[in-house]
Amino acid sequence: MTGLSIDRISMRFDLPNGSAVQALKDVSLTIGQGEILTVLGPSGCGKSTLLNIVAGFLAPTSGKITLNDTPVRGPSRERGMVFQKGALFEWMNVRDNVSFGPRMKGQKPGDYAAEVDHLLEVVGLRDFKEKAIYELSGGMQQRVALARCLANHPDVILMDEPLGALDALTREKMQSLVLKLWKETGKTIILITHSVEEALLLGERLLVMAPRPGRIHSEYRLPFADMGVDMDLREVKKHPDFAPRREEILSLIWDMEEEIMGRKEVAE
Amino acid sequence: MIPLLLYIGFFILTFAIVRALTGSMRKDDFIARKTVTFGDESAVVADRRASFFSIFAIFLLWASFTGSVLLPDFLHMPGPFTGTGTFTYTAQTADGQSDDATVSVTVLADAQESDAVEVAPGEGFAKNDSMAISTYRSSLARVDANDEVTRDDGATVVAVNGEPIAPGGEVRTDFARIGMSQRGTLNVEPNSGWQMEPIWLPAPEAVFKRFVEIASTGFRNYTLLEHLGFSLFRVVSGFVLGAVVGIPLGYAMGLSNWFRGWFDPIVEFMRPVPPLALIPLVIIWAGIGEGGKIILLFLAALWIMAIAARAGVSGVDIAKVHAAYSLGASKAQIMRHVIVPNSLPEIFTGARVAMGVCWGTVVAAELVAAEKGAGMMIMVASKFQNTDIVLMGIILIGIIGFGIDILMRWCERVLVPWKGRS
Ligand SMILES: Nc1ncnc2c1ncn2[C@@H]1O[C@H](COP(=O)(O)OP(=O)(O)OP(=O)(O)O)[C@@H](O)[C@H]1O
Ligand SMILES: [Mg+2]
Repeated sequence: MTGLSIDRISMRFDLPNGSAVQALKDVSLTIGQGEILTVLGPSGCGKSTLLNIVAGFLAPTSGKITLNDTPVRGPSRERGMVFQKGALFEWMNVRDNVSFGPRMKGQKPGDYAAEVDHLLEVVGLRDFKEKAIYELSGGMQQRVALARCLANHPDVILMDEPLGALDALTREKMQSLVLKLWKETGKTIILITHSVEEALLLGERLLVMAPRPGRIHSEYRLPFADMGVDMDLREVKKHPDFAPRREEILSLIWDMEEEIMGRKEVAE
Repeated sequence: MIPLLLYIGFFILTFAIVRALTGSMRKDDFIARKTVTFGDESAVVADRRASFFSIFAIFLLWASFTGSVLLPDFLHMPGPFTGTGTFTYTAQTADGQSDDATVSVTVLADAQESDAVEVAPGEGFAKNDSMAISTYRSSLARVDANDEVTRDDGATVVAVNGEPIAPGGEVRTDFARIGMSQRGTLNVEPNSGWQMEPIWLPAPEAVFKRFVEIASTGFRNYTLLEHLGFSLFRVVSGFVLGAVVGIPLGYAMGLSNWFRGWFDPIVEFMRPVPPLALIPLVIIWAGIGEGGKIILLFLAALWIMAIAARAGVSGVDIAKVHAAYSLGASKAQIMRHVIVPNSLPEIFTGARVAMGVCWGTVVAAELVAAEKGAGMMIMVASKFQNTDIVLMGIILIGIIGFGIDILMRWCERVLVPWKGRS
């Protein structure tokens, strides 16, 4: 089977003081090649943990992950990651950051120069090729991170709140960019976000996770991502189905948060 | 005490004058627009005018208290009395007769006995005397030695300038303090003024002259450049060795459990031991030659560099390592492209500290034992009370240390421009 399959993943963190946190419990999910999936959930419900397991940075306590029928055992170039704060290499300029993957493969500048130029063009940073990372704004850095990930041709792109630190306008532009790249490249994308709107706009499928233990609460299939590929996102938001969906999911998450708070108060 | 008060006075005075004349420092950038500046460290910028006056004040005080030729006379502190002063004493014989005589005291820098003025003996049984004293010195005056009735005959001095004096007492004249010893001998102590004796603090120009002299003729078989060069050579070779061993050691400690466990006790134990405390041991083991010095500086730099490299590795943002792995980098590539560059800022900070410590340690080691070097120069000079050489050495040591730090900071700016800017 092509695509990503997450099979009954559980993750327990044993804390030094003897207690344990069940961050994930029996999470199962399959994502087809070329799908874009967004993940929502209250803070601490295990979204990052799940993504880190898929990326191969964490080994689950139990369960199995396969990508195109190959088990995941560690990080690898098929699964690219875009972090919340770029995680760019400050000691390299923009071009060297973007060409990092190809260079590690041993490619010569001649092999990747054209593609790097093209990617920088796509993310709108053509004129910043030689700039140092610390000379860029947060939004520009995030675009470099995206280009760096794409230059490496992963099958799956994992994003943990990639747009969380951006201002509203840049964020909207980046959302369009993500959709455009998704359509053009046909990559599988998993994107974690705290913004319900973003999850609705970008997700063909939207996953809501619930905490304690972290698990999948519900899943939605949405039409908005396809619309957003060649429509202004503000127009998409005006779609008659959009607002009701937003309210539905907002109240779902709101209830979960209430429950967590309530439980805390009881515990105290 | 007086110099300190003057210094504080000068501090306040220049502040008031500069403020009154030009207002507070002009800031052209956006800091000028900040309304909250007290407590905002970034809004504090060194006022270069204050730096200028600070250096100026030190030289002013130095020159003023040493009677330097660089200053016009009226800015000098009162110097020691020079020239010829006189006082009279009254001698009394055992049978109650008394007579006055005058003592002429010539005070000169490096006075010889022949500098004493010729005086006529005068009337009466007490005869006039003359004597010569070097500045800042005092001298016993056997005023009765040429009298007709001496102390052995029962005569005593009962007054100076008409004021009665007894053994243990003293009389102040316009140019000197005249004391009387328990046995009745007068002791003449010309006023020394407020200036410092050159043996304590030579004038700036004396230090400079000595600098020119030593720079051209050398000191103790080696030229000045050789002295300083040897100190620098020791520092650089000790530091380089320390870095070459310490940095990989720090990396290993940052990357491997076994290395961390093995070297942690050693590094943590050696870190608080000041390198100066190792000098005796190193001298016993390796002697006072170049080998011992370089071993000492190697040890001084080693722990600092190891700790800096270890901190550089632990300081790496795990997201960057993860990103590199996801981009397909191998362990060696992670090391080369992520861990090493990421640790460079820490290593440079460590290198600056290490260079400073090494420079201080080499001078101290040379003070203890050496045939050449900046520290040896001032140590030997101090034994011969060549304060000007000592001062010159201290100034050169300071300038070189400062120069090293500027050089390191420059390297840092060029090689790790991203430091502190992520
Ligand atoms: N290294 C760890 N050690 C111990 N507990 C951990 C660790 N990492 C995560 N956890 C716990 O696992 C749970 C899930 O954490 P996770 O970071 O996956 O949440 P999240 O859904 O990403 O939250 P957020 O939206 O705030 O990023 C939390 O309760 C957290 O305390
Ligand atoms: Mg998270």
